Amino acid sequence: MLKLDTEKKEHNFSYTSVKNAMEKVILDPSQKARIKVRNLNFSYGEKQALKNISLDIYEKKVTAIIGPSGCGKSTFIRILNRMSDFTLSSKVEGEILLDGKDIFSKDFSPVELRKKVGMVFQKPNPFPKSIIENIAYGLKINGVKDKHKIEEKVIKSLKRAALYEEIKNRINESALGLSGGQQQRLCIARCIAIEPEVILFDEPCASLDPISTAKIEELILELKNYYTIVIVTHNMQQALRVSDYTAFFLMGELIEFNETKKIFENPSDKRTEDYITGRFG
Amino acid sequence: MINADTYKFSIFKILTNSLCKTNKDIKQYIAFSVIKLTFFLTVSILVGIIGFLIFKGARVISLDFIFKMPENSMTSGGIFPAILGTFYLVTLSVIFSAIPGIACAIYLNEYGPKGFISTLIRISINNLSGVPSIVFGLFGLAIFVKQLNFGISILSGSLTLSIVILPIIISSTREALMTIPQSMREASMALGASKWTTIWKIILPQALPSIMTAIILGIGRAAGETAPILFTAAVFYSRELPKSIFSEVMALPYHIYALITEGTSPQQQIPIAYGCALVLLFLVIIISISAIFIRQKQRSLYAKTGH
Ligand SMILES: Nc1ncnc2c1ncn2[C@@H]1O[C@H](COP(=O)(O)OP(=O)(O)OP(=O)(O)O)[C@@H](O)[C@H]1O
Ligand SMILES: [Mg+2]
Repeated sequence: MLKLDTEKKEHNFSYTSVKNAMEKVILDPSQKARIKVRNLNFSYGEKQALKNISLDIYEKKVTAIIGPSGCGKSTFIRILNRMSDFTLSSKVEGEILLDGKDIFSKDFSPVELRKKVGMVFQKPNPFPKSIIENIAYGLKINGVKDKHKIEEKVIKSLKRAALYEEIKNRINESALGLSGGQQQRLCIARCIAIEPEVILFDEPCASLDPISTAKIEELILELKNYYTIVIVTHNMQQALRVSDYTAFFLMGELIEFNETKKIFENPSDKRTEDYITGRFG
Repeated sequence: MINADTYKFSIFKILTNSLCKTNKDIKQYIAFSVIKLTFFLTVSILVGIIGFLIFKGARVISLDFIFKMPENSMTSGGIFPAILGTFYLVTLSVIFSAIPGIACAIYLNEYGPKGFISTLIRISINNLSGVPSIVFGLFGLAIFVKQLNFGISILSGSLTLSIVILPIIISSTREALMTIPQSMREASMALGASKWTTIWKIILPQALPSIMTAIILGIGRAAGETAPILFTAAVFYSRELPKSIFSEVMALPYHIYALITEGTSPQQQIPIAYGCALVLLFLVIIISISAIFIRQKQRSLYAKTGH
């Protein structure tokens, strides 16, 4: 009898939590959604990493993804530009619309998608080429041939990534000679050179010192004027400083999604509150 | 009582501690000595071999020895045809094996199935490099010489040699590709590059120095092999230099073998054999050194300007 009881309780609990999760995802109809995620499920083999995620990414806003390690943040943003395609034996269900077009449909090639949805990784990963070549690469593979045009675009994106002044005398030197923070800004420059519409950042400051971090944050706030941004971060202060909307993930579920201010000032789920106040995770 | 106990205990501790320490030192000393000894033994064997060859063969080495045809049924004159033959065989076998080998490695590492099948293929390739080269020689005889009717020729010999070095090139190239971090592939793909563009523009340039090393290792191997060319390309003596890839050739390793086993006047021929060995050894050493040089140069170029 007793056993049956607890089983029933557990069942009830998970049911209510899913239901609550749905209620705590507050979409903002006043904003223009560039990306709409609907009922997204993702699994690595048998292991389900994302459970029924639905949210919107709004135009020229910064959306922060927060949550404890292993909750599926990277998994989530890697699906947005289909970098997840390269993970073997993974399975994705649900719908992701970029400007109303299903990114998984046959006539939306992943290569086209990645030109529109760029990505900056946790660890700076410049190519072992010169600074200028690093940025020119993306332009060349996307069909820009004219040398002057390439150079012009390289300089423009270096300026936009707030790196140009520091390195303008050494753009023909190897990118590997730059500091970690400079390398990360180079990766941002490389990403924006091909003029994406959305930029995904997966913990872009995780390997950087506080000064470099501050520079990148400043840059993200600046980039917000031109691009739609999604940023994964472990740093609550960072989420609060740079983002307009915040999604809180826990064990593959989206617990809460709302304006950042509301999430931090007045979270509607106990678990969100616990997480942002540092009580777990 | 208690005091005495603690006292005894601490003495014991100090003793064991110091014992352990000396024990460790002794162990370390022994280990280092053994390592040093083996090092010097190996080096002295190597130096011994080279010294022996120089001692035995240096007498016959001269410009004429290198650039002249053999004379008086190979009791005097030079070994130019053998040097040239080896050069042809090696060059062609590298051309035949490098491109398919690299392509195969790219397929296995970047496109091919992962898991069980890939492991199986890798194991078979490794086994292939363990097959005795005489077996490849027989295979070459059956397929290239007889079946495809290329006859005993440079073509048959270099095709056979290329099979011998193919596994070396495949597995080293694959290793080189494996060392390129996944983040490089991701960085390129995230910029909208296709898989092939990523391989061609990012992965291969980074792996190139290691691939070059693999190819040059292959050259060294091909230059020294006797068994694969025994039935497929090499002859003891040819009056003229090879005219086409369908000509039979003389080759350095086979020439040594033939002089020693089939020579009619060992008095004059054995020193020539040593001279041949010396030339072959230096060829291989020069190739290896140039390999290291090319790789080093490329590495530093790549690191500096990034091309
Ligand atoms: N390639 C993979 N194969 C199998 N499981 C994976 C793979 N990548 C991630 N996972 C699992 O999926 C879950 C979510 O991982 P993910 O990397 O998305 O977490 P995360 O929120 O980004 O964590 P972190 O903050 O540590 O980066 C984890 O449990 C992880 O072990
Ligand atoms: Mg992550």
